[in-house]
Amino acid sequence: MSLRIVVCVKYVPDATGDRHFAEDLTVDRDDVDGLLSELDEYAVEQALQIKEAADDAEITVLTVGPEDANDALRKALSMGADKAVHVEDDDLHGTDALGTSLVLAKAIEKTGYDLVVCGMASTDGTMGVLPALLAERLNIPQVTQLSEVSVADGKVTGRRDGDTASEQLEAALPAVVSVTDQSGEARYPSFKGIMAAKKKPVESLDLEDLEIEADEVGLEGAWTKVEDAAERPARTAGTIVKDEGEGGKQLAEFLAGQKFI
Amino acid sequence: MAEVLVYVDHVDGAVRKPTLELLTLARRIGEPVAVHLGPHADEAAKVLAEHGAVKVLAADAPEFAEYLVAPKVDALQAAYDAVSPAAVLLPSSAEGKEIGARLAVRIGSGIITDAVDLEAGDEGPVATQSVFAASYTTKSRVSKGTPVITVKPNSAAPEAAPAAGTVEQLAVTVADSSKGTKIVSRTPRESTGRPDLTEAAIVVSGGRGVNGAENFPVIEALADSLGAAVGASRAAVDAGWYPHTNQVGQTGKSVSPQLYIAAGISGAIQHRAGMQTSKTIVAINKDEEAPIFDLVDYGVVGDLFEVVPALTDEVKTRKG
Ligand SMILES: Cc1cc2nc3c(=O)[nH]c(=O)nc-3n(C[C@H](O)[C@H](O)[C@H](O)COP(=O)(O)OP(=O)(O)OC[C@H]3O[C@@H](n4cnc5c(N)ncnc54)[C@H](O)[C@@H]3O)c2cc1C
Ligand SMILES: Cc1cc2nc3c(=O)[nH]c(=O)nc-3n(C[C@H](O)[C@H](O)[C@H](O)COP(=O)(O)OP(=O)(O)OC[C@H]3O[C@@H](n4cnc5c(N)ncnc54)[C@H](O)[C@@H]3O)c2cc1C
Repeated sequence: MSLRIVVCVKYVPDATGDRHFAEDLTVDRDDVDGLLSELDEYAVEQALQIKEAADDAEITVLTVGPEDANDALRKALSMGADKAVHVEDDDLHGTDALGTSLVLAKAIEKTGYDLVVCGMASTDGTMGVLPALLAERLNIPQVTQLSEVSVADGKVTGRRDGDTASEQLEAALPAVVSVTDQSGEARYPSFKGIMAAKKKPVESLDLEDLEIEADEVGLEGAWTKVEDAAERPARTAGTIVKDEGEGGKQLAEFLAGQKFI
Repeated sequence: MAEVLVYVDHVDGAVRKPTLELLTLARRIGEPVAVHLGPHADEAAKVLAEHGAVKVLAADAPEFAEYLVAPKVDALQAAYDAVSPAAVLLPSSAEGKEIGARLAVRIGSGIITDAVDLEAGDEGPVATQSVFAASYTTKSRVSKGTPVITVKPNSAAPEAAPAAGTVEQLAVTVADSSKGTKIVSRTPRESTGRPDLTEAAIVVSGGRGVNGAENFPVIEALADSLGAAVGASRAAVDAGWYPHTNQVGQTGKSVSPQLYIAAGISGAIQHRAGMQTSKTIVAINKDEEAPIFDLVDYGVVGDLFEVVPALTDEVKTRKG
């Protein structure tokens, strides 16, 4: 029987751009070009490797995001995913982590799944909680923050490198996995992959399709409220010296002045 | 006064510093009640009491070590049911965030992660976050349910505040559905004897400019002269010159020490995301155009192999 893999991918503002908040204190998405979160490329890569090792598997990439988020899906499809699901609805604007996990969980259930693969964190919100939220909502095991992952005989195994120890984990499918950027470089889409992606199906879902009420998500329905967002003042220019033999000494002088020595 | 649950991060009863910071922040919004899961609660209770815990809810079950995250969520939920707190605080570690997230779903509450400060507000605690690689500072609060907030290390200076710290046993039933992810084996990390990266007051980091594992002792020697932790950029880690656990940045550790010294690091946005909130920033780089110099309080344009050993010698001399 086919292994159904759902990869959750997020469309995020480019971190190298000048990111801002809009007036309603949500992320200003018109301001900076968006892209597939680089950390989700690792999730797509591991899903592709799991598929390659399986007899029969199918990868669906799933995103919750505005119209442009389609770009993130196309990128994942051109890397080799089979099909895509895009949850898009005006009422989703301003959804927080709890709300996003609700929408993702419903969409995953509707799509059908044996394995859900996520990145370790998005590059904008950087919370790193979505995979755990999904495991809780779907009532399936979480096998998260993995630097190594494999799936065989209906089981997922992986290595989690924590602060104080490195752990070997194991869970029966279905399960939610998240992978770190140590899991292995993501492949580049080939020309053939890019051409093939154009023909791959992208299903579009809205809140009604998922039987979610508008007031459960969006800015109004959010469980959290941003009250203020202020641009951090640029650091005042520091002292910069050229080392002409005295650089180490001068630096020591500075550190002593600051009472670090 | 309202009670505030504080999730205790410890290694066999040795409480880690971020938890003491949480207790300090918790006192701004109520009375801290610590939740200690695992062995040696009595040892931990002493330290927790010295820092303001009015009560320590303790539970030990083999499941905490045998399965990932979920049994601890069951226990924290039991503590939540026993206390009805005004807020739940956890450290912003990978595990702390995951436990907090799952608890939030169960109790129907919002979650804020990576707070760098916390104050009481009219409508509940207000959390400060430093976002978009520290280019923005936001203030947020949980608007539904009991606030679940995870706090980054070094967000507050731990303050002593003696309290009763009475240990009470917490009855915990681990649900079968919480035994889904087995921890098959665990390899503890070897201690280097240096301070913990996220807790250290001073961090010295090396990047691609260090140019080889064999040169990292240059960085370590400076760190040791200052009593600092050693960090590394992802370029240095990916090249295999230093362990990944020492990586500073978006996908590594996020540090906020009193002093951060970057040697041979260009200052890419993902590196900055993990160190930009450091109080004082110093860089040594031979390229005067390196973006790291935009952040520094003091920068030396020069060869790190000249500057760093000279600095180390100078520190040693001055310290006697
Ligand atoms: C700067 C900033 C700070 C924020 N702080 C908070 C906060 O404290 N509390 C809060 O409730 N919300 C917060 N949000 C909102 C929150 O980030 C979004 O609601 C988001 O959809 C979920 O969190 P994340 O992107 O941080 O996910 P993470 O948990 O970091 O993402 C992990 C993985 O989940 C998957 N994923 C995440 N979002 C999507 C998506 N939309 N579609 C498909 N897959 C996805 C990806 O695989 C990703 O790699 C914040 C947003 C920003 C920009
Ligand atoms: C999704 C994602 C996540 C990432 N996460 C992280 C992260 O967590 N942490 C991180 O660090 N990076 C991260 N990166 C990588 C980041 O983009 C940079 O590639 C990386 O930080 C560069 O490391 P570096 O500064 O050591 O190397 P480089 O950018 O190559 O800079 C080396 C510097 O050393 C200087 N130098 C060379 N020789 C000497 C010498 N003898 N003396 C003095 N100076 C010298 C050079 O002038 C140069 O400025 C991430 C990237 C992505 C895409």
